[in-house]
Amino acid sequence: MSSTEGFSHESRDPKWVQFLLIGLTLGFVFLLLILPLGVIFWEAFRKGIKTYALALSDRNAQSAIALTLLATAISVPVNMFFGLAAAWATTKYSFRGKSLLISIIDLPFAISPVIAGLMLILLYGIHGWFGSTLQSFGLQVIFAVPGVVLATMFVTVPFVARELIPVMQEQGSEQEWAAVSLGASGWQTFVKVTLPNIRWALLYGVLLCSARAMGEFGAVSVVSSNIRGLTNTLPLQIDALYNDYNAPAAFALSSILASLSILTLIAKSWLEARIDYRSKDKEELL
Amino acid sequence: MSVEVRQVNKTFGSYKALQDVSLKVNSGELVALLGPSGSGKTTLLRVIAGMEVPDRSQNSEEGKILFFDQDVAKWSVSQRQVGFVFQHYALFKHMSVFENIAFGLRVRPRGQRPSNAQIHDRVKQLLQLIQLEGFGDRFPMQLSGGQRQRVALARAMAIEPKVLLLDEPFGALDAKVRQKLREWLRRLHEQMHTTTILVTHDQEEALEVADRVVVMNQAKIEQIGTPEEVFHRPASEFVIDFLGSVNVFSGRSSETLKGESKVYVRPHELQISRNSIDHTSISGQVQKIHRAGASAKVFVQTDNDQKVRVDVPMNQLQSLELGIGQQVFITPMQAHVFSPDYTI
Repeated sequence: MSSTEGFSHESRDPKWVQFLLIGLTLGFVFLLLILPLGVIFWEAFRKGIKTYALALSDRNAQSAIALTLLATAISVPVNMFFGLAAAWATTKYSFRGKSLLISIIDLPFAISPVIAGLMLILLYGIHGWFGSTLQSFGLQVIFAVPGVVLATMFVTVPFVARELIPVMQEQGSEQEWAAVSLGASGWQTFVKVTLPNIRWALLYGVLLCSARAMGEFGAVSVVSSNIRGLTNTLPLQIDALYNDYNAPAAFALSSILASLSILTLIAKSWLEARIDYRSKDKEELL
Repeated sequence: MSVEVRQVNKTFGSYKALQDVSLKVNSGELVALLGPSGSGKTTLLRVIAGMEVPDRSQNSEEGKILFFDQDVAKWSVSQRQVGFVFQHYALFKHMSVFENIAFGLRVRPRGQRPSNAQIHDRVKQLLQLIQLEGFGDRFPMQLSGGQRQRVALARAMAIEPKVLLLDEPFGALDAKVRQKLREWLRRLHEQMHTTTILVTHDQEEALEVADRVVVMNQAKIEQIGTPEEVFHRPASEFVIDFLGSVNVFSGRSSETLKGESKVYVRPHELQISRNSIDHTSISGQVQKIHRAGASAKVFVQTDNDQKVRVDVPMNQLQSLELGIGQQVFITPMQAHVFSPDYTI
């Protein structure tokens, strides 16, 4: 065996294996990811820019875009706050049932979104546990906007916490103790020491969370009952239009949703490059 | 400022980290807490800093922490104004060296905060003190371990702390840098006279740097004394064993002692000779000789099958013409006995 064993596989694999694997990956990505995405934009603009503009100017379409942005705008900050609190609690304190709590935070990853939607109906539906109480206050959750927001929040719960917990675990709390011993208040310590240390992980979590919030279909579909112009989010509206055989409008809206996702993806890659750069920087200098 | 803890207990779940620990550190003194890992020394330091809360007790005299005779047990970490230095530096890595040192001044409430110019002067002074002038713009990542620890010390001193608490400050550094920083710390202490408590598991460091050494073992204090006292008059078997290598003779193997007691003799306290010196001499055979070092380490197997290490000065080793397998006698010139009511 050569002395570079385990250092690089490049030299050991025959050329044809390399070509096969690279070709296979590229073909797969093209067929399953790039081609469908391209088709969306192709189909959206095929009938001309006028049809596209018409589809977007539809009242229901705009209401769907607005609702999607609203649900995202509420659930992302809430989850950011929750993620920070959960990560802080599980990494800086020790208490009974901590590891159980960390596993429970992951629950939305494991549970099918449809079941998440059904759980919300069982709790907040008119015949559900809290439904009638809420009804008496004039608050309708299920088949209304609050339900859509709740469902979005449920499926996005783990995103920020999941990103922060490993980072904060690794950092420990010595820097915070140092800050406090130097006279910093709790808030000063958080803003000046903790936040700068976790900012990239936090941003990354927020981006993943936004992407998921905008694209969520299953859970939202169950609780919204697809009232156009009222409780339809972008994915639901696209589905409804498509079922109406209104392909141009469906593709036009799809292109909007896809663009939002692509923007998130670009931001995410940029962030990853930054994080990578920083960690490399660290290794070289240590 | 003097620091005192009275009868402090600390348990983590079922684990006892501190058991009835009392200690008084005088104003301007440098005291080392010395012990193996798990002995409770770091916990004691963190209790003094306020990062750990001692166990509560009904007796109001128990669990007291006094700074200059004032009870600070209920004070928060920041109220206690201690300078704390961590083993792994805990520098703020997103801030420059300058900003790290300035941190404690910048976070002060507006009324007490020095002006920018004052902060600048103070940080410059401190950079000079830690011999890192011109390093203000660097980031912690760009510094060596020894430099980082000096920055951490400067950061702690910027707030003019009443007490300096150092938790294994040189533990992550290599031997040469440790030695240098140790001497530097001692010189610094002689200039500043800040009451300082240093935690270490390195007996050499403790003996060299501290005015007094507190030897800890299994959540308790074994002995408090000057370096000379703990080294030459160890109060317990643990202390003599922890402070350097030692040969243990059980009562039977030594002519000097009867009964079950153990006799502790340090390698340099043994005399090695070709002929028996007196009735305490034990005969044996040379097994190994390590010549690397200031004195040679000679390993002797006694006739009753005990392995003994004797430190022999190089010139003596040459004049004795010792070789492997040589028949020799070893004679204790000094011994430490810890059985009750027995002194030698």
